[in-house]
Amino acid sequence: MKTTTKQKIAFSILFLCTVMVILPVVFVLGTIIKNGWQGISWKFLTTMPKDGMRQGGIYPAIVGTLYLVSLSIVFSLPVGVMAAIYLNEYAKDNLLTRLIRLAIVNLSGVSSVVYGLFGLALFVTFMKFGVSILSGALTLAIMNLPVIITASREALAGVPYQFREVSLSLGLSRWQTIRHSVLPFAIPGILTGAILSLARAAGETAPILFTVAAFYLPNLPRSIFDQTMALPYHLYIISTQIPNIAVKTRYATAFVLVGMVFTMNIFAVVIRSRLRKKKKW
Amino acid sequence: MVENRADIQIKIKVKQLNIWFGNILALKNLSLEIYSNELLSIIGPANSGKTSFLRQLNRLNELEANFRSTGEVILDGENIQKTKLEILRKKAGMIFALPQVLPISIYDNVSYGPRMHGMREKGVLDKIVEESLEASFLWEEVKERLKESATKLSGGQQQRLCISRTLALKPEVILFDEPCSGLDPVSTAKVEESMLKLKEKYTIILVTNNTKQAARVGDRTVFFLMGELIEIDKTQKIFTAPADKRTEDYILGKFG
Amino acid sequence: MKLRLIKEFIIEKLIFLSGIASILFVILIFTFLFKEGFSFFKEISLKDFIGGKYWYPISEPERFGILPLILGSFLVTLGAIIIAVPLSIACAFYVSEVAQGKAKDILKSGIEMLAAIPSVVLGFIGIVTLVPWMKKVFNLPTGLTALSGSIMLGLMAMPTIISISEDAINAVPKSYKEGALALGATRWQAMYRVVIYAALPGIIAASMLGIGRVIGETMAVMMITGNAAVIPNTFLQPVRTLTATIAAEMGETVHGSLHYYSLFAIGIILFVSTFMINVIADIFLHRNKK
Repeated sequence: MKTTTKQKIAFSILFLCTVMVILPVVFVLGTIIKNGWQGISWKFLTTMPKDGMRQGGIYPAIVGTLYLVSLSIVFSLPVGVMAAIYLNEYAKDNLLTRLIRLAIVNLSGVSSVVYGLFGLALFVTFMKFGVSILSGALTLAIMNLPVIITASREALAGVPYQFREVSLSLGLSRWQTIRHSVLPFAIPGILTGAILSLARAAGETAPILFTVAAFYLPNLPRSIFDQTMALPYHLYIISTQIPNIAVKTRYATAFVLVGMVFTMNIFAVVIRSRLRKKKKW
Repeated sequence: MVENRADIQIKIKVKQLNIWFGNILALKNLSLEIYSNELLSIIGPANSGKTSFLRQLNRLNELEANFRSTGEVILDGENIQKTKLEILRKKAGMIFALPQVLPISIYDNVSYGPRMHGMREKGVLDKIVEESLEASFLWEEVKERLKESATKLSGGQQQRLCISRTLALKPEVILFDEPCSGLDPVSTAKVEESMLKLKEKYTIILVTNNTKQAARVGDRTVFFLMGELIEIDKTQKIFTAPADKRTEDYILGKFG
Repeated sequence: MKLRLIKEFIIEKLIFLSGIASILFVILIFTFLFKEGFSFFKEISLKDFIGGKYWYPISEPERFGILPLILGSFLVTLGAIIIAVPLSIACAFYVSEVAQGKAKDILKSGIEMLAAIPSVVLGFIGIVTLVPWMKKVFNLPTGLTALSGSIMLGLMAMPTIISISEDAINAVPKSYKEGALALGATRWQAMYRVVIYAALPGIIAASMLGIGRVIGETMAVMMITGNAAVIPNTFLQPVRTLTATIAAEMGETVHGSLHYYSLFAIGIILFVSTFMINVIADIFLHRNKK
């Protein structure tokens, strides 16, 4: 067989494999849109649930998810950005730095349900925050720390080394240099990372299973010490444990969740590409 | 120009300076005196230690991971290791090989140093910006567009902007690290013109790959080779009757 | 002026603390898992725990053998690896070496989209589409099987394996490929004779990280592998994984009971295994960089 024919066959096989990866994506998203679209209405998105979730809307689940991710970013963004600053601007090439990097890789590899256990043991039980938005948000914050650190590090590394050199040669201190010659130019990348981490946090179920989530609450949460409903948990319960819910309601819930996550992702990607075009150096 | 030997003040004294980067000895046992208000040209082939020496004067070498040094550098009677970094770097400003403007306005670039060191009054800052830009012959070209981004300037203008930025901190010594290597001849001429004018008020040390430039602007010239100081003397003498054969060979272009 | 120095001092200390925060959190996770799990191992030995064939946490007498759960996790993971690794490597090669321009961008977006779908959503879609399909095609009493889980988990691991493999492939110096082409090889020959060997450590690391992700996956697998904590014989029967057990049973335990602690013990097993996989994968990635 000619070698060019062999190549054609080989490339076709590779292409087929790629199709087998992409096709399910199209299928999953297509199914959700097709079946969930009919269940979406203004009422669905903005009213409280009634009749054990068989009627009414998922408003509190949407709100609860937004509360959770907003509070979690309040914790993870400062710590994550500062950790990235440490690694990129201060850390020397020694054992401690290698350990920190190893720790970050490990945090990103821990199973989501183990984070749930951790949150239960530390925040709910030991620190006595109870099953609450606070416990859930803190757990999500630690879980998302690696995402923020990685994105921030890339953003900081993208700022040309010369900016630092110039600033230092003018007699500025290390922190002044970072604060005025590095950080302002890294903000777009950091922002992108933050939004991507929000998107991830919004879709997580296992970490919030034991730390915050409730299924059917009559009111919206009033403080961070309250429990709350949340979209991913909601989808889990209505697809596995509640019979007699209209199929389109289940699909509609999935639609809202996927919609929220994808919107955030697209937002982040758009910011990233627009700011890449505007790059001034 | 330093005419009368009785007038000479020593600005910088270097005593047996050795610099290592990891295992590489970049500068060997260097001893040297630099006089106030002179323009000292440093010439030599690549890797001769010229830039390492220059960056030692404002302690920028300390940013490198494997840097080590022995010996002393004394500025105005004080060992620079004992001087506070902030004060040292205000006293000895540096201009880099490629113009490094920050992607902010021209005004903000020049006023960057004073602002960061605490100067807030707009009136004073305006004056500093104007004086600094005039001193590098850039004022006439940019006075109408101070708010524009500095990245819009040409290479030569950007380099003169960097000079202004350094001057804004009222240094006493200016360190030029191959400042014209990225510039066209016209811009190079303008930068050299600034250097000659600045010599009246500042002490200038110029590292350059361009021997002709060294001959044009330097009062004295020093020749480095492989980390060692080979010869230092009045520019006129170095370029017409160098004492060391290696100096002569380099100037004639036989190597380097 | 003094004020600025004090402010800077505090800020730089905070930065350092944030830097070591990751290490602190890993230690914290370790500590709290072991603190709760320790109470379990006071009553049941490690040998009985790992080797025990029966998981009956709520019957009289209680049995806490996690062997069926370990085998359940193992089976589902094995199936996922078999499905995901070859497809992902093939896809990574196609996207980095064969695809061009617009098509390449679209494919990369598609893979990113796959990565963005939350696990619970894939579990939901699995329940309403894959599970009934499995039941019909294989003529089973239920479509909730290990194979269903493997398929879904394989899908979830693919973006990770693909993107890290892509990095490894792109890191292969162009000169290797160009050298082969200059000697008359076709692009395909250059790929399988040269590039794949050079990128191999990175590809292995990618696969390990993908597997690590699969082992730790909870929701999708809980929703579609059924809930039978029995030692599996085939792929076409319901199983229970370690992760699903924790997620499903924690809500039903009494705080402080042996059952409660047993779930933390399972958590320890999970944490330690993903820890080890990550360390090994990291070593491979380091080797690739050299």
